[in-house]
Amino acid sequence: MSSWNEFFPQFLPGLWVTLKLTCGGLLFGLPLGVVLAVVTTSSWRLAKWAGIAIVELGRGTPGLIVLYLVYYGLPQAGLTLRDVTAATVALSFTTSAYTSEIFRAGLVAVPQGQREASRALGLTPWKELRLVVLPQALRIVIPPLIGFAIILYQGTSLAFAISVPELLSRAYNAGSITFQYGSALALAGLMYAVVSLSATGLAGWTRSRAITSH
Amino acid sequence: MLHYLSVLANGIGQTVAITVTSFVVGAVLGLPLALMRYAGPLPVRVIGGAVVETVRAIPPIVWLFIVFYGIGSGSVQLSTFAAAVIGLGIIAAAYLSEIYRAGLKAVAQGQWEAAQALGLPRLAIYRKVIFPQMLGVVIPPSATYAIGLLKDSAIASIIGATDITFYATQETQATLQGLSIFGLAALLYIALSIPIAATSRITDRKLTERLAR
Repeated sequence: MSSWNEFFPQFLPGLWVTLKLTCGGLLFGLPLGVVLAVVTTSSWRLAKWAGIAIVELGRGTPGLIVLYLVYYGLPQAGLTLRDVTAATVALSFTTSAYTSEIFRAGLVAVPQGQREASRALGLTPWKELRLVVLPQALRIVIPPLIGFAIILYQGTSLAFAISVPELLSRAYNAGSITFQYGSALALAGLMYAVVSLSATGLAGWTRSRAITSH
Repeated sequence: MLHYLSVLANGIGQTVAITVTSFVVGAVLGLPLALMRYAGPLPVRVIGGAVVETVRAIPPIVWLFIVFYGIGSGSVQLSTFAAAVIGLGIIAAAYLSEIYRAGLKAVAQGQWEAAQALGLPRLAIYRKVIFPQMLGVVIPPSATYAIGLLKDSAIASIIGATDITFYATQETQATLQGLSIFGLAALLYIALSIPIAATSRITDRKLTERLAR
């Protein structure tokens, strides 16, 4: 445990990379998730089935395989990405597939009467979406989105496999230099756990608020 | 393409073995963990809750590394398969215990009271009354978890287990045809998840029929 004093400052930049990967995945993945949710609930058959296919492929494939497809696969198509870029692209794709289902559930959960009432009041479709549907849908999707963000935060550790210098890579390197794998990996585990558990607490708080505000 | 498929097929056995064994480990260890949180005295419940939350707060790869490099490189030598099964099994136990607990809670309180009124001993109440009713609630989410476990098992290739992903990585390094090879691997994982989903649907239907009778 005394080695933790030495390890901790070395791991902090790794934690920073891990957090950046998480934010990157959410930044690009969430808007794409909204698009996929709208597409898969639309009445345009072709777009709907294409959307469903993308979502099912994204959710059915192991995250690691998606990462390898982007990093080792795209060069075959003439597109070579840097390791961090590849990780961000892969995590964003996975994020969009998973969160599209959350957004879809949120859109469906807004009672039909709300839409009918908006139309009866003569609101334009855009205003109906912006002022009536989205505010209610957002309140429903926030707790599960935080839950997904925690899974994504943990999932960034896959980027170790393409040698992105994130938290797990730092811990593994420290372990291989000092041969104190157990100690180094336990500290990394603790650092993952502290962030995950704080976010879980936050998710619980937003969920209780979402329920009481109805 | 057919050549790649035959290469990747070498890893199917390992992928299935890791998934099934870790699921069994998790299914067995998850039960006492669920009972700890469901029926234990307060301190036991708190310990059970802390174990589940801690296990779930740490990424699966980190668990695998802790088992393989942290524990398995010392006095005990672990094979890649054993390390993968222990690591994924611990995680499965935590997740499945939560599914069991939800199942236990779903059995109506009146069933307990009726069984006690009939004078059934505690073990018999669990075995004859609670568990059979729990099964229907537990199977669908367990199958979903099993599919998740199948996908998570891909990370075992990082510590060197010779599964589908391992062969895909190796073949890509030899041929540089990553798009085709990993695309095929993705389809293979999806194909492997279909029987799990189908089994779940069939057992679920059979159980509902039996309970309805």
